[in-house]
Amino acid sequence: MSTSISKRPRRAGRSAAAPPPGAFNPAALRADFPLLQTTVHGQPLVYLDNAATSQKPQAVLAALLRYYSNLNANIHRGIYQLSAAATAAYENAREKAAQFIQAPSAREIVFVRGSTEAINLVAASWGPAHVQAGDEIILSEMEHHSNIVPWQLLSQRTGSRLRVLPITDAGELRLDELENLFTPRTRLLAITHISNALGTVNPVKQIVSLAHARGVPVLVDGAQSAPHLPVNVRDIDCDFFVFSGHKMCGPTGIGVLWARGEILQAMEPYQGGGDMISSVTFEKSTWNETPHKFEAGTPNIAGAIGLGAAIDYLTGIGMEQIERYEHELLAYTREKLSAIGSLRLIGTAKDRAAVLSFVMDGVHPHDIGAIVDGEGVAIRTGHHCCQPVMDHFHIPATARVSLAFYNTRQDIDRLAAAIEKVKEVFA
Amino acid sequence: MSDLRELYQQTILDHTRKPRNFRQMPDANRAADGHNPLCGDKLKLFLKIDDQGVIADISFVGAGCAISTASASMMTEFLRGRRVVEVAGLFEKFHDMVTRPLEAQPEAAALGKLAVFAGVREFPVRVKCATLPWHTLQAAIKKDQAPVSTE
Repeated sequence: MSTSISKRPRRAGRSAAAPPPGAFNPAALRADFPLLQTTVHGQPLVYLDNAATSQKPQAVLAALLRYYSNLNANIHRGIYQLSAAATAAYENAREKAAQFIQAPSAREIVFVRGSTEAINLVAASWGPAHVQAGDEIILSEMEHHSNIVPWQLLSQRTGSRLRVLPITDAGELRLDELENLFTPRTRLLAITHISNALGTVNPVKQIVSLAHARGVPVLVDGAQSAPHLPVNVRDIDCDFFVFSGHKMCGPTGIGVLWARGEILQAMEPYQGGGDMISSVTFEKSTWNETPHKFEAGTPNIAGAIGLGAAIDYLTGIGMEQIERYEHELLAYTREKLSAIGSLRLIGTAKDRAAVLSFVMDGVHPHDIGAIVDGEGVAIRTGHHCCQPVMDHFHIPATARVSLAFYNTRQDIDRLAAAIEKVKEVFA
Repeated sequence: MSDLRELYQQTILDHTRKPRNFRQMPDANRAADGHNPLCGDKLKLFLKIDDQGVIADISFVGAGCAISTASASMMTEFLRGRRVVEVAGLFEKFHDMVTRPLEAQPEAAALGKLAVFAGVREFPVRVKCATLPWHTLQAAIKKDQAPVSTE
């Protein structure tokens, strides 16, 4: 089970078949990722669990090292040069995050640990001020547990209830049902942009427009979309958007809550502590401005700077390029897997991205995962934190392939060959 | 693949394809649910323990990976007719077999056919799969402590 690092020679550089300079070249991009050069069970790693977390390019690793080597100081506190430089680097990362999702202002970017914490922040802070007993929150059947459980906790506290927008057997939202779910008590609609279990891309702009027509604000869970397509929160017109750094080449423990400025202004703090206050006496404290009001304590400074480096790396490639390439690779993956008898795809929505779930006759997904791992191919198996989705399809689990721009057709060929091994073992 | 062949032995695959004692038991006097959230294994175990503390009947239903299904199947075969008081000791031996190095297992012979699960020790993430039926068994036995005890 050991993973050893062994430098493999890079793919032959300038062969006749090499793409012209400037063209999208995943084989060349792979060289930026140290972990993609390693072997597993004696075989070159094929990493296809990107929906769980992405690998990190050298540029991000270097940014972390540079921060701790040259810039480490606490932020927003020191009068000395080093603290000022660390503060500038941290706030610069906030600017990058704002630009990445086309947010109107960096002051609307709150750094959190990840999408999960971002949703919990909204549920804990915005929730009690807007959701009372008898009120309703609309979710969908395809939500990740992190976009279900925080709302359940809020419901238990407030006596409100959750209403669930169902999905079709193709794994698409039943938008025709949405009209019936809105009531005068609807306070929020929380919806994923891309399903981590099915790969479905939801028409969030249309959903927001339907919700806004009834005065209902919308939270979009962008954990799976921010890494894979250009995001423009002004165009989507949502009220909250959350994403995680570690799924988009950034470090773990850093993510973003974006919310409209006026919403953030009106929200109560999430946690109390240093940096989030303006003044403190034992009688009363007053809060710092947004976004600092929501960032109590020393934040993940290195993580934010690492996320900034990840954003630079991704935008350097171009999110449109990434989306286009992954779309092609997903089509290829689908074609390859569909050709394998006894394999059934779960989730066949028209608009999809980066994720492909499947099951095999007579083989539990966990066994599929174990055997393809033996071939050096890393995929996720299980319920993907989406038990309601598994229940919909009456299955305990799926095997899930999730792509990134650094995956290649060779990776998919290795996956297909590994699945043939599964069939051999269980023949 | 050599390690994986150790894990997916023919005996195990045979029990996965055709699990033994795979049925509900309406007149069971003990039952418990087992769940392994990591891979979504779910099983329900049924027991009929007689007045002498002997496992008169044992069966299971559920959906799980090859290792957990085969483990449940072979466990039911292995335990029918044995005394409930033996279970704790057998589970300990089984647990040792799938977690500890070979040389630290002087008593593995007591497990008979269950020795095919020894390959699990090379795959720590699968230990939970192999032991899920045993944990479920213990829960079923402990649920009603009056007539029988594992002590």
